Amino acid sequence: MSNSAKTEAVLTLHRFGMGPRPGSIAAVGTDPRGALIAELDRPLVLSAAASLPTSAKAYRTVADANARRTARAKQAQQQAKKQQMAAAPAASSDQGQAQAQTEGQAQGYSEQKDAAEMAAKQAADAIPDPGRPIYLQEAKLRTEAALAADIGFAERLVWFWSNHFCVSANRIQSMSGAYEREAVRANALGRFVDLLQAVEGHPAMLFYLDHLESMGANSTAGINRSRGLNENFAREIMELHTLGVRTGYTQDDVISFANVLTGWTLVPPGADPQHGGEFTFNPRLHEPGGQTVLGKRYEQDDAEQGRAVLRDLAAHPATATHVATKLARHFVADEPPPALVEQMAKTFRDTEGDLKQVAITMVSSDDAWRGPPSKLKRPGEWVVGMVRATGITQVDPVRFTGGQELLGEALWRPPAPKGYPDDEASWIDGVGRRLDVANYFAERITGMADPQVIIEDVFASQVAPEVKQAVGRAESRQQALALLFMSADFQRR
Amino acid sequence: MGFVDHLPTRRELLVGSGALFAWSQMPRIARAEGRDPRLLAIVLRGALDGLGAVAPVGDPDWISLRGDRALVLDGKPPALPLDSFFALNPAMPNLHRLYRTGKAAIVHAVATPYRDRSHFDGQDVLESGMSKPGVTASGWLNRALLALESGGRVDPRGSRALGIGSVTPLVVRGAAPVMTWVPRKLLPASEDTQNRLLDLYQHTDPKLATVLQARMKLASLDGAMGTGDPMSDDPTLAPPGIARVRAYFAEAAGTAARYLAKADGPRVGAMGFVGWDTHIAEGAASGQLYNLLGALDGAFAAIESNMGEAWRETVVAVVTEFGRTARINGTQGTDHGTGTVAFLIGGALSGGRVIADWPGLKPAQLFEDRDLKPTTDLRSVLKGLLRDHLRVEEAVLADAVFPGSADVKPMGGLVA
Repeated sequence: MSNSAKTEAVLTLHRFGMGPRPGSIAAVGTDPRGALIAELDRPLVLSAAASLPTSAKAYRTVADANARRTARAKQAQQQAKKQQMAAAPAASSDQGQAQAQTEGQAQGYSEQKDAAEMAAKQAADAIPDPGRPIYLQEAKLRTEAALAADIGFAERLVWFWSNHFCVSANRIQSMSGAYEREAVRANALGRFVDLLQAVEGHPAMLFYLDHLESMGANSTAGINRSRGLNENFAREIMELHTLGVRTGYTQDDVISFANVLTGWTLVPPGADPQHGGEFTFNPRLHEPGGQTVLGKRYEQDDAEQGRAVLRDLAAHPATATHVATKLARHFVADEPPPALVEQMAKTFRDTEGDLKQVAITMVSSDDAWRGPPSKLKRPGEWVVGMVRATGITQVDPVRFTGGQELLGEALWRPPAPKGYPDDEASWIDGVGRRLDVANYFAERITGMADPQVIIEDVFASQVAPEVKQAVGRAESRQQALALLFMSADFQRR
Repeated sequence: MGFVDHLPTRRELLVGSGALFAWSQMPRIARAEGRDPRLLAIVLRGALDGLGAVAPVGDPDWISLRGDRALVLDGKPPALPLDSFFALNPAMPNLHRLYRTGKAAIVHAVATPYRDRSHFDGQDVLESGMSKPGVTASGWLNRALLALESGGRVDPRGSRALGIGSVTPLVVRGAAPVMTWVPRKLLPASEDTQNRLLDLYQHTDPKLATVLQARMKLASLDGAMGTGDPMSDDPTLAPPGIARVRAYFAEAAGTAARYLAKADGPRVGAMGFVGWDTHIAEGAASGQLYNLLGALDGAFAAIESNMGEAWRETVVAVVTEFGRTARINGTQGTDHGTGTVAFLIGGALSGGRVIADWPGLKPAQLFEDRDLKPTTDLRSVLKGLLRDHLRVEEAVLADAVFPGSADVKPMGGLVA
């Protein structure tokens, strides 16, 4: 390979992939665009995920454990109270003055209450939360898929869509990993409308956006319980997932769409050991009658009503522009070339939202390659990039997710439904923190990773002369590795 | 194990595993004498500027060599007098106190046999005990331990050495098993690493340079105001000031001492501290080197106090791969050199002196007209300690521990 081909391959890996790893420059070869496109033809499934529970199963497991915790806690509390009742008369007979007796009793009562609560808490804590181990297993599989990929373009797309349609493990830990596999990964290279239907109909999303209890004011449940609508889900779908903010929809559209979506909920986990935690349409919550969204009338009286609105949102030109802009911003530049965005949006419109074709349009356009490496990698990409450079393919998920959290991009825990931002300004102040992590990681791997070998073999020597010099003059291997990982060559793409 | 979970597992984690200490680690000959000696080696990685640590204030060429960067007895702060000729960096009051009570000695103008200027090779020679780099993957302290246990009286479960840090220092690696303990605190990237990164950014990415510079400024402010929280369980949240370096040094050294002090604990150990490669803004009297030496001085205090009763049978040898240029370079720092100092501390020492065959500082007296000329072979110091403190036989020292060093006689009289 010529030097310019090597440079192009390194850029390919940083900008569109998960970063260089041993053998990855050869995998890119002399036709980077072809190699990226070829990767999209491989299946995106995680074969090792067969051993992991479905989202519904994971949800039931956690719900069952919670129910058992509550029961044990109640039992322990009752038992503690019984024992105190038995001991109480003897205590009060010792009291002299009436005043002291009252105070003593009050104090004794509060101690009893504390003891009972303590017993309840201990009993509950004896049953561990199964949600965290599930989260960690999912995190491990997803990370190792990124480490093992030749280039990692397809994995980057999974990450992108997972962030675009984010849920938070802070709300729904049990399902967060399975959600990505079932809804996002399965559709990330398919049609946008299928991806949209899968994520909006997924229990994790309904749970995350507080939609489970949303009911029409005129629905059976709404009348009986004097409760009503939660607009959040409908608003976020239009603002964040499809059309984009300020694209012409009105507050009335949001309310109508929220009415359309009433009844989308999940099977209560306690009610059904087979299907608890799965999606269901509950007609008792659903606002009866037709609704008008964005000027179009939807007369269906079941879940089909919502699916029809989603289909139209997916086909809306504003959605094409919104999605194309976000994709180009993520991969190419904070302010992506307008021509590139328009090419991608056009492909989106022309192919009815074929996401693979949109990705192909992006990497086939010269506009996606011309700009300097101005993007600052997000923490997740950067950490995976470090590990890939060393050739390591397995991770300890506790450490790994801890590292990402430290850097401000905790896996599946974005601070808001908007997901993690994609611009330099949001992340650049965290570069100092990255130095701590790089330094720490470098210390851990200094026995097995040679910085010179990484530069020569993994990067095919395609790093700035200043970086080579800094690495060569470092006082220790650890320092050399830290400088390499912190270099602009490694953080920019 | 960092972000990875399949690093070599030959080493064991000490934390909370008392069973590891179920047999005595006492060197046999010493035990026969009723002694129970401890030896801890501390490697200062990056090459310590010996002249910035222990200044030859009595040398007529000292001031002209270092100018206003020279440590002097009437400086601000004043250097601490050791004898009529040498003075100690003011960052090290603990060492000064130990010295004055005979529990510390300083060897000056000392070096390993290595005469080139690569850190990696220099550390390899320093720790392997060989006269050339790249010869073996074991260290002199490990081989010394093996030698102690030979002669038909080998403990069937083998002797053990202690390594501190996630990477076992080469000096203690080898056939004798090593148990390791990893400090809980994260060691922040050293000031030197930050300076180098800043330099790299200034040449390649001005935006990143601005951000890093702001962070470094914040950290130095924090250090000056003393608002850092070195005891925080989550040091990653604190600014990366010198407070964290001090906390790390003290925790690592103090923990090593606690294990070595145990009645049934290991008897030899090793650890490394990084950050001594002071090419830019060395700051011997106030700044980078001053801060690091202060942290090292704090580590000495932690060792002394955590050793408890065992302190009187303890020797700590503090060594570095080579020294630095005698003159200050163009960036107010010093470059890779040759002769430097070694610190020896411990209750078992016969100290209170600077051991030096002083070569002088005139241009013709410098090694290659640039470095402090080495006049003492570091191996003679180490051999003296191993012979007189641990009772390793001289022939074994010349043959197995420091191969090919028969001409380098052990330095006598270091141990009381």
